[in-house]
Order: sequence, then structure tokens, then C-alpha cells
Amino acid sequence: MIVAALNFQTFSDAIGLGAIYALMAVGIGLVFGVLRLVNFAYGQLIMAGAYTLAYTSSWPTWASVVTCFAVVVALSLTMDLVVFRPLRGQSPAVMLVTTFAIAFLLQSVALIVDIRDGTLGEVTAAFSALNEPVKVFGGDVRKITFVSIAVAVGALLVLALLLAKTTIGLHTRAAAHDFRTARLLGVRANRVIAFAVVLSGLLAAAVALMMTVSQPFVTPDFALQDTIVVLVGVVVGGIDRLWTATLGGFTIGFAWGVINGLLPTDKTVYLPSAVFTLVIIVLLLRPAGLFNWGRHAAGERV
Amino acid sequence: MTRWLDGAVQLGGPVALVVAVGLVSTTVSAANQVYFLNALVAVAIVVAIYVFVGNSGVLSFGQISFVAVGAFAAGVMTVPLDSKKGVLTTLFPLLRNHTIGNVPSLLLAAALGGLFAFVVGLPLMRLSGLAAGIATFAVLEITHNVLQQWTKIGPGATTLSLVPESTGPLQGTLGAIVVIAVAFGYQRSRLGRKLRATREDPQAASGVGIGVHLQRLWAFTLSGALAGFAGALLVHQLGSITTEQVFLELTFLTLAMLVIGGLTSLWGAVVGALVVSGLDSFLSQAEQGVHVLGFKLDLPSGSRLVCLGAIMALMLILRPSGLTGGRELRLPRAWRRR
Repeated sequence: MIVAALNFQTFSDAIGLGAIYALMAVGIGLVFGVLRLVNFAYGQLIMAGAYTLAYTSSWPTWASVVTCFAVVVALSLTMDLVVFRPLRGQSPAVMLVTTFAIAFLLQSVALIVDIRDGTLGEVTAAFSALNEPVKVFGGDVRKITFVSIAVAVGALLVLALLLAKTTIGLHTRAAAHDFRTARLLGVRANRVIAFAVVLSGLLAAAVALMMTVSQPFVTPDFALQDTIVVLVGVVVGGIDRLWTATLGGFTIGFAWGVINGLLPTDKTVYLPSAVFTLVIIVLLLRPAGLFNWGRHAAGERV
Repeated sequence: MTRWLDGAVQLGGPVALVVAVGLVSTTVSAANQVYFLNALVAVAIVVAIYVFVGNSGVLSFGQISFVAVGAFAAGVMTVPLDSKKGVLTTLFPLLRNHTIGNVPSLLLAAALGGLFAFVVGLPLMRLSGLAAGIATFAVLEITHNVLQQWTKIGPGATTLSLVPESTGPLQGTLGAIVVIAVAFGYQRSRLGRKLRATREDPQAASGVGIGVHLQRLWAFTLSGALAGFAGALLVHQLGSITTEQVFLELTFLTLAMLVIGGLTSLWGAVVGALVVSGLDSFLSQAEQGVHVLGFKLDLPSGSRLVCLGAIMALMLILRPSGLTGGRELRLPRAWRRR
């Protein structure tokens, strides 16, 4: 019954969305690992990347893409320097609310920049060819779905290698496990944090590239809703470890797509309710994270 | 004697501030009065959130859902009967054919907010930390989604208008005082002290026989009732409302107010709400040009939100424990020692 209602197209779209959300989850999870900071302003990094692509759309594609990566990584590093560094060691509530303020600030700046030409929103055009469908098993799958999956898998592999095989990766894992002890053993805090922040910026730029294909119209609240959903997914999956956070991001994107396909057409407006009800149920059953086997929730203090 | 005096100062300080705002609002022009009313309603909402978040130490993003329920309940039930039948045609007959007065609508909003919070809190208060934050956020998303789509209980995605604008200086001030007084009474009560003990050390608190889940549930319910009440004040101030006005932006803004003031004190909640809404009002005046100390300050349009975000971030970075440091208002040391 369920399989019948789920055609191949819904399924592949859900996987494509899940792949993008997984990348965002890694970006958020990396920074959380070393700073214990839930970065609500992550979506604004993606938004900045999307605007960069829109404003450089007359440039050669490679230049536009390189600029996008440069702008997002620079913004990510600036955010760390100006905001995260003074807040290190503060309570999670204060850090989270500060990133709200930063998100709010960046969004207002984007609004001012955007409406200089009198209209709201800018259009990107670099990769619109990727929206064309390809026939696979009798269903239409857009090219961008394959690209998203390939990029997500590739990025995750590279990241896993970086974390497993390099010294800075080892330091980052140690810092994520226990920051104080890692510092006592000679891990340089600033280098590890900068490493995580740069990686998360690179991922944000990659997400901006892929998202602008299916949503070429960029507004100041670009990627805001997606960031919120991914944050929820990251906590549902288990924010304490990178791979559970990533799986959580993928799962919520996948669930969003699949439930959208399962709901009767006149009920799809209730999609958020359906997904978030599921989120509450999962949190009640597995508060430490859906994929966090064999561990208990961290201490009760907030 | 000192204890009694401390209590009087802790309640008197916030109330005096609110009364001052209410009094000033009666002396300014009607166009400027709206800023003061905004501040009074913000105080009510932030104190309602404080009752749960401040006393329990558990971050909740869901309290605005109770504000939304209160606002729409009070709004829908006070639209005059003759216009209601023309505008809100899809409502359940019970809602469509009855209208209640101003004060009953405030009480109804408080009751519904409290009931909704109790039902939601029953399972959710078992969670803590980030899981609790995300679960309460899910409640906010669901409430918003249902209010926006279900046209049998409200206006759906359209604007609810024609609500009597009864929150003037008097109702705004009295409403804020009621919320502050209830919050004060709760935090000095046996229940409030038990909950604060669980905030400081949950393991130790349950070790001396305090039921963490139960205490959080009481505070969540009380906070929900106050939030519903504050929502009713809000809708009666605005006169018209959409579901977007009681959603993400209000959630983030009110939480920022609470943290900027100082998360763990009533004084902090009131100060934070007044400082941030005062700042917001000042900046929107500055966009139109305002004279400060002989200088003409004229900000380019659109810069209000940039400045607000920047100043909020700056306050949090410079004073992470809040403007009040999370402490209640106290008399200077020399006075207390006598």
C-alpha cells in the first residue's frame, strides 16, 4: 500500500533533499562539536552564497563559483572571530540567542542590499540546465538530484578521510570529545576551531550552489526554513556525534519528501504538522538521539 | 523585616517601571502611544516565558504557541456578531454565533493557554536540554500550521481584523502588572522554590524528593496561561492579526529580550523587554529623523533592523549574563544592613 503510493519520483526527490540536508547537518554538527554552539545563523551563510551567485551570474561560471566559496568562507571565519570567540564557554542559551541576533542582522543587511534595485529577490542562472529531467526506471529524475547525491557522498567521504587520516582531523575529533583534555594534551584550540569553521563554510557554499538550482529566486530568507528543519533533524538524530547528526539531517529531509508524497493532495498543507508530530514522538522515545545507541542523554543542566 | 522588604522591592521595582511606562503613554500623541503599548505587551509576553524558562532553566521555543492560541481565541470571540457572520463564515457554528466581552475574552485566553500547555507539557516535560527545546519548537510549528490552515477555528491564512482595540494604557498597564504579580507570587511560593532547586541541580533536587517532571509541568502550565493572557492583550492592542505575527520572529525577539535582560530573574525579564522594545521604537523613530541632545539623527531607511540585530548581539557578547546579571532588584547594601 505504502510502496504503491510512493512512486519512484517522490522517492528520488526525497533522497535528493535528504542529501542536501545531510551536508547542512555536517556543517552545523562540526561547529557544535568543537564549540558546543548551535549555529542558527548557518542558513544566512547559505543565503550569502546564493546572493553572491546571483550578483555574479554574468561572470564565467568558474569565477562565480570561486567567489561564492570565498565569500561564504570569509563570512564564516568573520562570524567566528567577532561572535563565537568572545562567547566561548558561555551557556548554550546565550550562544544560541546570540546567533539568532546575528541571523537577524545578516538577513536585514541582505534586505537592504537586495532592494537597492527597487525589487525584492535576485535570480541565479548558473546551473539551471541541471533542472532538466532524465528518464530512470520510467520516472523523471532531475539531474540535480544525482548531482546532490554525488556531491553529498563525495563530500562526506573526503570529510571522513580528513577527520580520520590527518593530524588536524585527529585534533578536531579529540576536541569534540573533550575540549579541555584535548587542550591539555597540546591541541591548539584556535586552529581546531578555525578548521571546523572553514569546513562548515565550504559546505555552506556547496549547499548554496545546489539549492539555487531548484530555487533560483533568492530572497533574504533563503534557506531559513531549511536551516530550522535541519537543526531539528540534527537534534533528533543526536547532536553529540557527527555521524548521528548527519544521519538525522538526511532522515528529516527524506521524511519531509516521503510524507509529502504520502499525504493526500488536499492534506499536503498539513505537512509541517505531520513531520513535527513525528519529531516529538521520536524525541520522547529516544531523547538522546534516534541513532545514538548505547548512550544516555547528557546531563540535565542547561 | 528584611525579607519582607526584599520581597516588596522585588515586586515593587518591576511594577513601578511598568506603571511609569503606562503613565508616560497617556501624555504622548496617539501616534507615539503605540510604542509604549507595544512595550507593555512585550513585558507581559516575556514575563510569561520567564515563568517557565527562567525558573526551570529549560529553554523553550514553544511559549509563543500559547500566545498565538490566546490571541486567536480572544480575537475570534470578540469580533462583533454582525460583522462576524459576514467575515468569518467558515467557523464552527458555536464560534460563529457567539461573541463575548473584553474581560471574559482575556480569561478565556488564559484558560485555553493553560489547558493547551498542560496537555502538551504532560509528555514533553520529561525532556530536558536541547531535546526539550526542539520538541517545544515542534509544538510551535504545529500550532502555527494548524491555525493557518484550519478555517473552522479561525480566519486561516487571512488577517483576523475588526477585533476591538481595548488594550489602551489602562488595560496594558494592568495586564502587565497582573502577569508580573502572578510570576512573583509563583517564584516565592513553595512550588516555585522547588522548581528553582531543580534548575540549580536536578539530581540533588530529586534526591531530596522533588519531582522534577511535576514541578516543570506546573510552571509550564502557569506560563502557558500567562502567555495566553498576554496573547489576548496583544490582539486587543493590534486590532488585527495574522498567524505570522505570532510565530518565529516573535519567538526569537522575546527570547532575546529575556536573555538580554537576564534569564534567571523577574527584574531581568521586565528590564529586557522594556530596553529592547524601547530601542526598537527609538530606532524606528530615528529612521524618520529624530533630535537627540541637539543633534539630528537620521538613519537611512531599512537600517533599523540592522542596528537592532547588531546592538542585541553586542549586548549579549559584552554582558552574557544579561543586563541585570540574572539577579532580582535589591536595595543598596547600606540600606539593607540596618
